[in-house]
Amino acid sequence: MKALHLKLWREIWRMKGQVFAISMVVMSGVATFILFISTMHSLDYTRSKFYRDYNFADVFVNLKRAPDSLKDKIQNIPGVRQLETRVSAQAKIDIQGFSENVTGKIVSIPDDGHPLLNRLYIRQGRLPDPFKDNEVVINETFAQAHGFKLGDQLAAVINGKWKRLTITGIALSPEFVLVMKIGAMTPDFKRFGILWMSRKAISKAYDMDGAFNDVVLSLYAGVKEGDVIRELDNMLGPYGGFGAYGRKNQMSHRLLSEEMKQLRTSSRIYPVIFICVAAFLLNVVMSRIINTQREQIAILKAFGYNDFAVGVHYAQMVIMIIAAGVVAGIAAGIWLGKMMGNMYMEFYRFPVFIYTLHPEVLIAAVSVSVLSALAGTMHSLWKAARQPPAEAMRPEAPAKYRVTLIEKTGIGPWLTQPARIIARNMERKPIRTFLSIVGIAVSCATMVSSGFFKDSVDFMVKAQYVFSQKEDMTISFIEPTSYRALYELKQTPGIHDAEAFRSVPVKLKFGHRSYKTVINGIEPEGRLHLVLDTNFQSIPLPESGILLTDYLGKILGVQVGDVLTVETLEGAKAIRQVPVVAMAKQYLGAMGYMNLNALNRLMQEGNAISGAYLVTDSPYREKLFRSFVEMPRVADVFIRQNEINNIYEVMAKSMLYFTFIAMLMACSIAFGVVYNSARISLSERSRELSSLRVLGYTRGEIAYILLGELAIITLAAIPLGFFIGYWLCAYVANALASDLFRVPLIIELKTYTIAAAVVIFSAVFSGWIVRRKLDHLDLVEVLKTKE
Amino acid sequence: MKENFFQVRDLTKVYRMGEVEVHALRGVNMELYAGELVVLLGPSGSGKSTLLNIMGGLDTATAGIVAYRGKELTQATEKELTEYRRFHVGFVFQFYNLISSLTARENVAVVTEIAANPMSPEKALDLVGLTDRLNHFPAQLSGGEQQRVAIARAISKNPTVLLCDEPTGALDSKTGILVLQALERINRELGTATAIITHNVDIAGMADRVIHLSNGKIAEVSKNKVKKSASELQW
Repeated sequence: MKALHLKLWREIWRMKGQVFAISMVVMSGVATFILFISTMHSLDYTRSKFYRDYNFADVFVNLKRAPDSLKDKIQNIPGVRQLETRVSAQAKIDIQGFSENVTGKIVSIPDDGHPLLNRLYIRQGRLPDPFKDNEVVINETFAQAHGFKLGDQLAAVINGKWKRLTITGIALSPEFVLVMKIGAMTPDFKRFGILWMSRKAISKAYDMDGAFNDVVLSLYAGVKEGDVIRELDNMLGPYGGFGAYGRKNQMSHRLLSEEMKQLRTSSRIYPVIFICVAAFLLNVVMSRIINTQREQIAILKAFGYNDFAVGVHYAQMVIMIIAAGVVAGIAAGIWLGKMMGNMYMEFYRFPVFIYTLHPEVLIAAVSVSVLSALAGTMHSLWKAARQPPAEAMRPEAPAKYRVTLIEKTGIGPWLTQPARIIARNMERKPIRTFLSIVGIAVSCATMVSSGFFKDSVDFMVKAQYVFSQKEDMTISFIEPTSYRALYELKQTPGIHDAEAFRSVPVKLKFGHRSYKTVINGIEPEGRLHLVLDTNFQSIPLPESGILLTDYLGKILGVQVGDVLTVETLEGAKAIRQVPVVAMAKQYLGAMGYMNLNALNRLMQEGNAISGAYLVTDSPYREKLFRSFVEMPRVADVFIRQNEINNIYEVMAKSMLYFTFIAMLMACSIAFGVVYNSARISLSERSRELSSLRVLGYTRGEIAYILLGELAIITLAAIPLGFFIGYWLCAYVANALASDLFRVPLIIELKTYTIAAAVVIFSAVFSGWIVRRKLDHLDLVEVLKTKE
Repeated sequence: MKENFFQVRDLTKVYRMGEVEVHALRGVNMELYAGELVVLLGPSGSGKSTLLNIMGGLDTATAGIVAYRGKELTQATEKELTEYRRFHVGFVFQFYNLISSLTARENVAVVTEIAANPMSPEKALDLVGLTDRLNHFPAQLSGGEQQRVAIARAISKNPTVLLCDEPTGALDSKTGILVLQALERINRELGTATAIITHNVDIAGMADRVIHLSNGKIAEVSKNKVKKSASELQW
């Protein structure tokens, strides 16, 4: 078999351009497969290890205040394994040299050392000394965002009192793998941080001695979480419990899970696309090779090689063609996966990102590529192995052609002969033509789907911050405040306009379904904060009844006109029946909206407000902001522009990375398909093209015949690519939709344009390479021999 | 005196076949006059195809001159050679070289569309006796028919010269004679100077002049006192 092996090497060397083009596609397929799956596994493993090693809790609950004595009662709830009571609070943070609002979540740690649950991983420094009330451990992203070092100081307004704190440690916690403020669109590491302080210090500051307002607990395996939560809610109700929730509703865990869902979706789409394209390319290339080698196959068989040996020979060729791509793809996949892991680590903080590549992923990548390549070439292989030697030695019958459909439409007489040649060639191999179009379309679709990411975020930002929220600043109070506060705000110099809002945590029930969220009460004639319908028209708030974001409507299975049970989780904890009056379009969150007055009636409170939407004059903005930060009553200040900037800052990096990968993938497919089609057309038709050259056709004119077909294929592929791209985006948008956010299916013209440009560029580049080969056609050589 | 279309002087062609230098032509001198039918006769490897390829602007010379109507082809640019092939010379090859995706008529149209002063494809096909095969694809034609389409294609531009490389090489004698009759008719009726390459001695009978090539040189030039008609030939 040695001579055959030599033949193999030489032939592969001779086809190096095509092998390279196929390898690129195979590489992209294997790389994306490994990238998405290994990153998903790594993230999963890293997360479970961190959760396990640092004892991540199973159930979480906040409450107003309960005496320590309740702890034993909670511990006695069947199924509870470990339990920790804590004190947590929100505080405004003042950082020297950073004049924007920063809020922190303060969480207590037991005075006797590490917490039982949600233990801290101390990256640097140490835990606070329980006997000092001014020591604090902060989370890593917050520290890095501000360049804090151990011993640095920051100030916090704790329970209305300004206090200077010293950083003694920088830590991570399984509870805050991703640190994100509730209600925010993206994490904001500069403006939100976690501060761990000793229980003693916080209790003193918040008058929580002998009491707690936060409970986390772990459960025994097999215990029904729902039962414990119900029990817990009953027990904590009288103490102002806000409703317990499990891991799946815990912010950090939830967001991580969403990320993994996204990876899983991607790993289902992209590798499949590449592997199909690679199999198709191999099919085309191999059937051509086998056609040109009919005689050699016959000779091999005449010498006594059997069908099996010939089949194996070509199977080896297929495997060798894809081997380089598979190896490069594995390397690239690991490299990209580690790069993606590092990128994740900027947002999701684990002690260390453990990159794991399961051997079965490798085996799957290799066997899927090899099997699909062999499957793609099976037909040609079978033909090669089965041909009787005598038949194979005879020259192939001349190709059969027909008058094409397009000529029958009546335009036939106007076609030039080169145009006719193009049309008939395309129609003679309709499947190959169609698959080439699909292949290129897929590369176009890949580009569309990568641009879609940015377009939809742009749109989300526009919908949220331009159409819906006209205010440029939002403040919220520590607790519901009298409506009078709004008049005060309106009189403050620099405030142009102010509208009040009330937000109430609730549990909405319909039939057997329920959902915990908030109801936002807004001013009925308000101009600042609008609730929009699907056409982005403002929905007037009726005197009574509730509006739901459309996704919440779906979750609860309600329609306009149905009556919901609203259970408020604050204040008097009233239970009321409220009719649903409209559905609102919103891409973020799932909540209800009511007329402010109606909400206050429902709460049986007076004219209470939770905060205000403000329009400010820009010269005053800074000063206003400082004054709000210093106001003890004000819990939080949002500045719209900061929110928008932060979204783009956070996304810029990951967007760049994904666009880069998509671009690479799209180019490699477009190049792989166009280049291979062109090379094969060239080898099939070099004789014909040479004949035309002999008849006096110029190089340009024969290039037109060869490349014209590719140009038509490419141009036909682009609209199909737009269509597939749109469909792909719709699939992704649908797969990612959750109560946290819905990805709007918006694709800008620019995205389509860039996608088309990338495809055309790749096609032109491949065309240029083939054109150069065409210029060196050996006229004499070609005419001498019979095909 | 008839116009001398081709002036070939000391034409030499050396090419490399791998490691070996092959002297295909070693100083060939010849002429081709208007309206003349010349047969270039020689065994395979005698250099006749190389000579024809250089005269047709398909190949370059190592040394010497080939002039077409006073214009040196050996000095011409790629563009000029393409134009020369496009407007002045017609080719017929042993293996027809038709475009398999085009019908007989369209295969001729390939040339008439780009030529300066063409006849209609129908007329060209009529001249080779294929009026009833206009809309057949190459796959539907016999070898002789395909070759006659190739001849129609070659003459449709009204070339001054027709160069034929073993036009009957792939055909049986009966079909071959049909093809030669077509060439003879073109030469007679249109006055196209025609050069036919063959290793078949019997074809020499229909020529005005016979040029014998051997080993890259012209061994002998003979004139046929009595020119046979193609239908009288047999082999």
